[in-house]
Amino acid sequence: MRAIGIILAGGNSYRMKELSNKRAIAAMPVAGSYRSIDFTLSNMTNSHIQRVAVLTQYNSRSLNEHLSSSKWWDFGRKQGGLFVFPPTVTMDNNFWYRGTADAIYQNLTFLKNSHEPYVVIASGDGIYKMDYNKVLEYHIAKKADVTVVCKEMAPGQDIERFGILRMDEDGRIEDFDEKPMVATSNTVSCGIYVIRRRQLIELLEKCAKEDRYDFVKDILVRYKGMKRIYGYKMEEYWSNISTVESYYETNMSFLQPEIRDYFFRQYPDVYSKVDDLPPAKYNPGAVVKNSLVSSGCIVNGTVENSVLFKKVFVGNNVTIKNSIILNDVYIGDNTTIENCIVESRDTIRANTYHKGENGIKVVVEKNERYVL
Amino acid sequence: MIKKEMIAMLLAGGQGSRLGVLTKKVAKPAVAFGGKYRIIDFPLSNCINSGIDTVGVLTQYQPLRLNTHIGIGIPWDLDRNIGGVTVLPPYEKSTSSEWYTGTANAIYQNLEYMETYNPEYVLILSGDHIYKMDYEVMLDFHKKNNADVTIATMPVPMEEASRFGIVVADEEGRIEKFEEKPEHPSSNLASMGIYIFSWKILKEALIALSDEKGCDFGMHIIPHCHENGNRLFAYEFNGYWKDVGTLGSYWEANMELIDIIPEFNLYEEFWKIYTKSDTLPPQYISGEARIEKSIISEGTEIYGEVVNSVIGAGVRIGKGTVVRDSIIMRDTRIGENVVIDKSIVAENVEIGNNVVLGIGDDVPNKLKPKIYSFGLVTIGDRSVIPDNVKIGKNTAISGVTEPSDYPNGILESGETIMKAGDRR
Repeated sequence: MRAIGIILAGGNSYRMKELSNKRAIAAMPVAGSYRSIDFTLSNMTNSHIQRVAVLTQYNSRSLNEHLSSSKWWDFGRKQGGLFVFPPTVTMDNNFWYRGTADAIYQNLTFLKNSHEPYVVIASGDGIYKMDYNKVLEYHIAKKADVTVVCKEMAPGQDIERFGILRMDEDGRIEDFDEKPMVATSNTVSCGIYVIRRRQLIELLEKCAKEDRYDFVKDILVRYKGMKRIYGYKMEEYWSNISTVESYYETNMSFLQPEIRDYFFRQYPDVYSKVDDLPPAKYNPGAVVKNSLVSSGCIVNGTVENSVLFKKVFVGNNVTIKNSIILNDVYIGDNTTIENCIVESRDTIRANTYHKGENGIKVVVEKNERYVL
Repeated sequence: MIKKEMIAMLLAGGQGSRLGVLTKKVAKPAVAFGGKYRIIDFPLSNCINSGIDTVGVLTQYQPLRLNTHIGIGIPWDLDRNIGGVTVLPPYEKSTSSEWYTGTANAIYQNLEYMETYNPEYVLILSGDHIYKMDYEVMLDFHKKNNADVTIATMPVPMEEASRFGIVVADEEGRIEKFEEKPEHPSSNLASMGIYIFSWKILKEALIALSDEKGCDFGMHIIPHCHENGNRLFAYEFNGYWKDVGTLGSYWEANMELIDIIPEFNLYEEFWKIYTKSDTLPPQYISGEARIEKSIISEGTEIYGEVVNSVIGAGVRIGKGTVVRDSIIMRDTRIGENVVIDKSIVAENVEIGNNVVLGIGDDVPNKLKPKIYSFGLVTIGDRSVIPDNVKIGKNTAISGVTEPSDYPNGILESGETIMKAGDRR
């Protein structure tokens, strides 16, 4: 493909509550066996993008561990490959990434040293499948300066956390509001952009000179009258996981057969780092209904309408309902968990009761584990 | 100069004909085991866990799946700049070209490969056993005894001893007598087919016996070394080790994995077993499903009932279907209202609706009574079973079958169907 990729994975959201204490959103486990960034990374490799930079900042340990080898996404290449860029102190800059535009600006060398004519910029917290070549074709056909992938959301969703836009009949963006108090349309920006590389360098340099740091506010919104900024409507599944509620909903949506079929069975695949875990084991007493169970789990109790991530141990006489249990959680005997998200590597004591009363409860116990 | 202390040579060329239709199109080491694994994963994982990073895999019979599985060795961390895994098929030579005619002959034909690494010791392994073993401990034993050859052994029941190479050793483990598959075994210490040779001794023996027809380790090399007065030692291994050479033992070894705390435990943190997993997604267990005492691999979708079974990756089990005491390998699709009892269903099989497997009496198989016994139904890779048929015990099916292959819709116990064609 004639583009390089940039994945913005430095972000954090207070709306993830305790879940973001441990990791950047892009490293959030999703759908049992994946991490959020796997979807964008897989889309890039499946679109034949050869050079990808991941810009990290907030709590990137977990993300770095996940990206420690690039072979799982077929980025272990001699030509191109995967590059992880955290902010660094240089002779003339000692700031963190002060915004999305600043993050890319601080890695301008990566852009300048590439020779591909286009850049695909995507965030690491979107759950979707997409061939970026289609967006690029559209971008070229419309002679656009920037193309923004957008999606029409169903009414009644919490869309004020996104960029809201309105297009004319040709698809040119007339109106772009970042996280408005009241949304004037239900078309949201998916945080995926296609732009010519030289154009991007020029805009970023201008921005930096004016001490502006945000890609949306200072480039898209500011230049919308002057530059040809187009919207590309995405019709397929797309979800952003950056609030506890949407994270929960997104994981639960994988219990629907159509969504599983779309992500797990249809070409192309989504790739992830391979953990060497044995198959899931069901011991006598296990009752599992309408749930996803990942490898390495051992189930002795009841699991209903839930998602068990990798290596979860469910003790005897345990009941788990409408919950998400993240990686490597040990749940002691006779415990009940309902409407919860249990943080990874946690140990839930025996004979305890956890229930989300109004909405979803995030369970972080940090107990010591005494198992052999 | 490249120098490796010990390299491993893994014999993976055998057909394993006693596994019947399971090895019709694949070599025995490539047969699935324990849901997501293949038999060869066990010795390969043992190698890397024991710190051996140079492994030659000798292939001959139907190597395609084995080659794809091993690739460049990524799952076992055997993708190395120097060493790593190398697949070694027989090749044409300017003098005489031949297939691998025996275990030692295969190694002999790859003298050059071993020479490249300049090893002190060579570990000979076979690719058809299920076990976890630290070869480094065995090497320490070999070094401590200043041995020329060390044979891994384990005690077996006396009545089975005549199936193995049997050693008689003194108190220090020095081998006094070696008998290959003796009629009247003089001990019950069986050779596991795992040897450590000091490189010089192995090279000499291989060259000395290079004209031997079908040169074999148990039949020729070990007796030769023994007669020459080399120091042969027996290293006694007491862990779990299973030769899955017959359908019965293969089925049994799989079933042992589903015990509450299995003797062969895949869930331990240390000594992990690695495999190439190309299926990642979690498994889905539907609202109508019921699962009891089973292990189930990635990406499988279960709408029916699974009891006491081992299910591979990417399998689909339809509504109203019951699977009991069976092994279902990856990507097999089973229709609705099917009953499967005590069966081995290989990879990529399609079973229609309302099929019943494992009915009737335990009648011996008419074609190969020694292979298809134990009351099992065995279905080969890429077979197709049409709707509404019933299949008896000790039966074997391979290929795309049609309703007309089943008289009155029934395949009686002891019958066999071998047909052409693959499920697409």
